[in-house]
Amino acid sequence: MMSTASFKTGSHSVARDVRMRQKSPFVESLRRLRKSPLAILGFVAILCLTVPCVGAPLFTAISPTKINASAILSPPSSVHYFGTDQYGRDLYSRVLYGGRLSLLVGAAVSLSTGMLGMLIGVMSAYYPRLDNLIMRAMDILMSFPTLLTAMAIMAVLEPSLFNIILAMVFPITPWTARMVRSVALSLKSLDYVMAARSLGAGDMRIVLRHLMPNVVPTLLVRQTLVFGTAVLVEGGLNFLGIGLPPDVPTLGSIVAAGRAYLAQMPWFSLYAGLFIGLIVLSVNLIGDGLRDAFDPRMKV
Amino acid sequence: MARYAFKRLLAFIPTLLVVTILVALLMDLIPGDPVQNLVGQEATPELIVQRRQELGLDRPLMVRLVEYVTRAARGDLGTSFFLSKSVTETILSRYQVTLSFALLSLCISVTLGVTVGIVAAVYQGRPADWSVMGVTMLFISLPDFWLSLNLIFFFAVTMKWMPVGGFVPITQNVGQFFIHIILPALGLGLGGAAFIARYTRTSMLEVLRQDYITVAKAKGLRATVVLVRHALRNAFIPILTFIGLQFGGMLGGAAIIETVFAMPGIGRMIADSIVRRDYPVVQGGILVVTVSYLTVNLLVDLLYAWIDPRIRY
Repeated sequence: MMSTASFKTGSHSVARDVRMRQKSPFVESLRRLRKSPLAILGFVAILCLTVPCVGAPLFTAISPTKINASAILSPPSSVHYFGTDQYGRDLYSRVLYGGRLSLLVGAAVSLSTGMLGMLIGVMSAYYPRLDNLIMRAMDILMSFPTLLTAMAIMAVLEPSLFNIILAMVFPITPWTARMVRSVALSLKSLDYVMAARSLGAGDMRIVLRHLMPNVVPTLLVRQTLVFGTAVLVEGGLNFLGIGLPPDVPTLGSIVAAGRAYLAQMPWFSLYAGLFIGLIVLSVNLIGDGLRDAFDPRMKV
Repeated sequence: MARYAFKRLLAFIPTLLVVTILVALLMDLIPGDPVQNLVGQEATPELIVQRRQELGLDRPLMVRLVEYVTRAARGDLGTSFFLSKSVTETILSRYQVTLSFALLSLCISVTLGVTVGIVAAVYQGRPADWSVMGVTMLFISLPDFWLSLNLIFFFAVTMKWMPVGGFVPITQNVGQFFIHIILPALGLGLGGAAFIARYTRTSMLEVLRQDYITVAKAKGLRATVVLVRHALRNAFIPILTFIGLQFGGMLGGAAIIETVFAMPGIGRMIADSIVRRDYPVVQGGILVVTVSYLTVNLLVDLLYAWIDPRIRY
């Protein structure tokens, strides 16, 4: 049974190779992605989470910061779907607004570390003279644990959305840059780059047209996972109370506030934590699907 | 081996120096005047001058840098603003808390992760593999602070098997020590175990495809011998690198777990000191945690040479 299976996949991949020569590998990868049920589940889930968060004012009539003394710590009901907190604020509304911030931070961190990492990594791979200097600097940044670096940066900066993003860009970028560098280094030694150069292509053209686009698939997979990491770190910083100002509703601070009422009101911190978990789970599913789609060899 | 170890140790010194300098610069990175921030907006100019002198911030940056590094090398990390106590002393009393549950957490995540990862690799494509992949995906995605709260709710509040938090030193009561650190260790380690399991699975699958595994099987060796002696030993190098990095993540993540479980550890000390703007403690804490992280990764590098005799730099 094993042998027939491997024969089948063998002939199948030959047929696929022939087709791939006609179509762009990127399009072919997206086609493969469509066949991955888990990745599709991830896409659907993240969409279902994003729509109510982005359109939060349409999905809840209650302000997330409205204090209601008559409904302090009430359990989930038809008025307050997720219950209320110690000030009577609606937790459903707070989770939606908090989720919006988490999604924003995740997107901003994965985009900015992706662009910076791409730039630093490709430059480092393409210009050996810069390589040593850049990579030593990256090594130093990498010698601090991620959450600790973010904490140290938040220690010196004011709590704000921009600063929390900045606090994560510093420790995460070196990892992305190092990965981009290793991919770009192996691409650089391939024949097609040599061919481009012999045709008279300049450095800029080789970097922009030949190296960077081919780093994108690997980068895309990594940045999906970075999205998840950023959401988790943001949750952690806000849980510790060193992320955003205390009056801003965040998923991390809701969980932190619910900690004191764990025994009596376990739902308090339940939904906010679950929401973080769902966001991260959906992007991780997408990341797994992307990896399988872009790198058929990895599909085991 | 000894030569290699010596060379690695020598290379460790400049890294330590750079890390210490960066940490020493922390207070100078604060936008605006740090002294003004510390004393508040209503402080008199005299008070500001006095505080500036007390903190030594009136002297040039280079002088302060050299002083911080030389003092740190002697084990003196300054005095806490808030507690008026030596930072080194504060850290030493809290370090054992963090180290004890982080080490237990590392043991749990490595044992659990590697075992589960091997099972998934051996039963590739079968229900055992899918369940491992599904469960690990879930644990990777859940925030550790929330997972810990659920552990407390289930094991401490509902079942009442363990205390909800706190810490008992091992010298005081060994049994209580373990009962207190088991939940924090799980909260910190389950996510790590999930990562290690996935990593082990990939690494094992790579090795199990190799010809020498087929040869070992063809020789008639028992399955466990092939798995452990032939496959795992070769699959272990990338796993080990990952475990080293994971431990760094744990030391950083300890801040969160210690807050959840109300443990007097070093991570919570850093987090609390950030809120209080007690910079000497923040600096000292970050320095100690980072040096621990670097030391673990140095040990991992030395372990490579021991596991794989081919590795000689």
